[in-house]
Amino acid sequence: MILRRLIFGVILTCVATASVQADDITSAVKTLQSVEPGGKGTSAAREAAEVLSTAGDKALLPVLQGFEGADLLAANWLRNSFEQIVDGIRDSGRKLPAAELEAFIRDQKQSAVARRLAYESLKIQTPEIEARLIPDCLLDASPEFRRDAVAMLIAQASAATEASVSTPLYRKAMQGAVHEDQVKTIAEALRKNGEEVDIRKHFGFISQWYVAGPFDNKDEKGFAVPYAPETEASISKGADFAAEYDGQLGKVQWQPLASEDDYGVIDIAKQLENHKGSLMYARTTWTSRGDQQVQIRLGTPNSWKLWVNGTLVFEREEYHRSSQMDQYSVPVTLKAGENFLLLKVCQNEMTQDWAQRYQFQVRICDGTGSAVLPLTSTASNDSQPGVSR
Amino acid sequence: MRISITVLSVVLMCADGFASDWRQFRGNDANSVAVGESLPTELSGDMIAWKASLPGRGLSGPIIIGNRVFVSASSGYTQDRLHVICVDAVSGKQSWERQFIATGRTMTHDKMCNATPTMASDGEHVFAFFSSNDLVCLDLDGRIQWFRGLGSEFPNASNSLGMSSSPIVIGSTIVVQVESDAEAFACGIDAVSGETKWQIERPRAANWTSPSLLPATGDHPALALLQSSKGLTAVDPETGTIVWNFDKGASTIPSSTVHAGAILIPSNGLTAIRPGAGSFEELWNASGLSPGTSSPVVIEGTAFVLNSAGVISAGDAKTGERKWHLRLRGDFSSTPIAAGGYLYLVSESGTVFVVRPEADKGTIVSELDLAETILCSPGVADGALYVRSDRHLFKLAKQP
Repeated sequence: MILRRLIFGVILTCVATASVQADDITSAVKTLQSVEPGGKGTSAAREAAEVLSTAGDKALLPVLQGFEGADLLAANWLRNSFEQIVDGIRDSGRKLPAAELEAFIRDQKQSAVARRLAYESLKIQTPEIEARLIPDCLLDASPEFRRDAVAMLIAQASAATEASVSTPLYRKAMQGAVHEDQVKTIAEALRKNGEEVDIRKHFGFISQWYVAGPFDNKDEKGFAVPYAPETEASISKGADFAAEYDGQLGKVQWQPLASEDDYGVIDIAKQLENHKGSLMYARTTWTSRGDQQVQIRLGTPNSWKLWVNGTLVFEREEYHRSSQMDQYSVPVTLKAGENFLLLKVCQNEMTQDWAQRYQFQVRICDGTGSAVLPLTSTASNDSQPGVSR
Repeated sequence: MRISITVLSVVLMCADGFASDWRQFRGNDANSVAVGESLPTELSGDMIAWKASLPGRGLSGPIIIGNRVFVSASSGYTQDRLHVICVDAVSGKQSWERQFIATGRTMTHDKMCNATPTMASDGEHVFAFFSSNDLVCLDLDGRIQWFRGLGSEFPNASNSLGMSSSPIVIGSTIVVQVESDAEAFACGIDAVSGETKWQIERPRAANWTSPSLLPATGDHPALALLQSSKGLTAVDPETGTIVWNFDKGASTIPSSTVHAGAILIPSNGLTAIRPGAGSFEELWNASGLSPGTSSPVVIEGTAFVLNSAGVISAGDAKTGERKWHLRLRGDFSSTPIAAGGYLYLVSESGTVFVVRPEADKGTIVSELDLAETILCSPGVADGALYVRSDRHLFKLAKQP
């Protein structure tokens, strides 16, 4: 009786699967690719997801290919379809198409998220794929693949007893490292081996700034006040460094301020003064090799606003809720040539020990977290990539 | 006749199933009381019915629908991998796992993680919410029903220390609080379509509390209770209309608890109010009954508050008069649950304490060290207690 039911179920599944045509799959993938925020189009997306899970094996690669160009919302719908299909294949005792999936994983033109998903699914079935694939992923478009490749090299380097063996391995690992913990590990090992490491350049931190202030931020009101540095015509052009402003304590002008910190921290409290209830403006010029989309990543425990070429790209009014590298990520498009960044950083009047920090760190990178370096910046010509040797 | 009633009760319980479910943070009524449940009181290692591996970290508690246990987790270097796991309650075997990618900010304090809010369910779907303000609806078999990236829709509504508010389901609405220094709102999401039914502005300040449920009584429909540093606001879960507002301030970590028609608010210690038609009456305030991270629990006329250092204090739920206190060992983040007249409390270092509360004292009846960091509030169903660490989901139950 049970066997008859099972056979009937398999037949039904086969009939249903066979009834889904390639056009249906293409259409369903497109529906999921175009799912909108706000819960709009959910009903159509649910039906499309059902079509794909019913289609089974033959929808596996089209679903993965559908990730390319899809936003994260659509990717989450596609991912769920993929996982359902994979569950169906496994539940029926069949294998995933290893050769096709491996070819997909190796295809750098495909979505990094989809390639990683395919890899993790295939790895359960074929664990040896890790040793075969990961060493080639040091400069992958997926930060997760990079992390695995870097970890492999760190493991090899740390097992070496001679610096002459470990140093080249660490240097190679550094080329792909995009995560702070791995970079710290590598930098520490290289420095122990007597090597110079420029972490600031590796991550693309902007270390040279001009700052003006303090301006009044008593009762946190200054965040909303458009002081002269953010309203003057020069906000979208090179700064008028001779300009003089009415500050909180008198006239203020732009002053150069550089960071020697590995992580590009500009410590206003330490390098200038922790003016409570104040705000500062910081600006820099960043010369881009061409028009390009980048991420400006920022860390600060203070409230802030950021303008790029005169356009406010993000603002955040939150004080002393912790701070870390890459705390915020703002996608922006830079133009070829000079780009003008203006940052407003606000300190409040909290008196607790943990509320005294008045600082920021800014870097420019791509989606993997790899530094995007300028041709030139205001006071720095950091145009060479990676590790100083 | 007695047999008939018993049979009827069993039939009704089987038909509904709701009574034995644990559908959201602090249970179906969001008050941490497992009605009709009897859990083992003499804990030992033999009570660990199973221990299932989890793919990521989490402070979220388990929820239980029928024979399925659901829990969320997060993983990855940036905690951007969101997991929803379904485990068979009988065998402890994983039925399915689904993963998603966070669309909002994933940064949290080291003690927290992206999977901090507890999931919720209407019995047919599960709703997983994360610190990144991603809200995903799945059916019980793991098929996606909808996905709301509230983190990307409202990119300033985040907290660099992490968000922890757990949504609750009232009728066909999921009530969500997304409150931070930079942006704050609450909304009602339609359980079927995933669309926003209503959205209201909330006090712009960091807030880690969860909505509470004021159950329907007589002519009064159920209300959602939204707590913040400003106080407690009762809203209609269908429309978001504010019904009344308690404006004497409240904690931003432990949440309010409803018991026997009264609401215990973590406000100036503990404040009790009795809601009426469109308003409320203040009953008492007890500054000596101050909860830490855990929310208050009430059983048999006694209110219990647990501070972060492990001191549980008992007070008269009618007057606020303090009765006794008992010092446990360790630090505590999770909210205790009450079952069969006992309190079950889990320390951060993973010790489960069973406490028998009496009129003038509390006694530790037994304890079991699970030897893993546990910050979640437990779930209870069918005579079993479920807790999760960053690595495992545990089922504690009497041996069959």
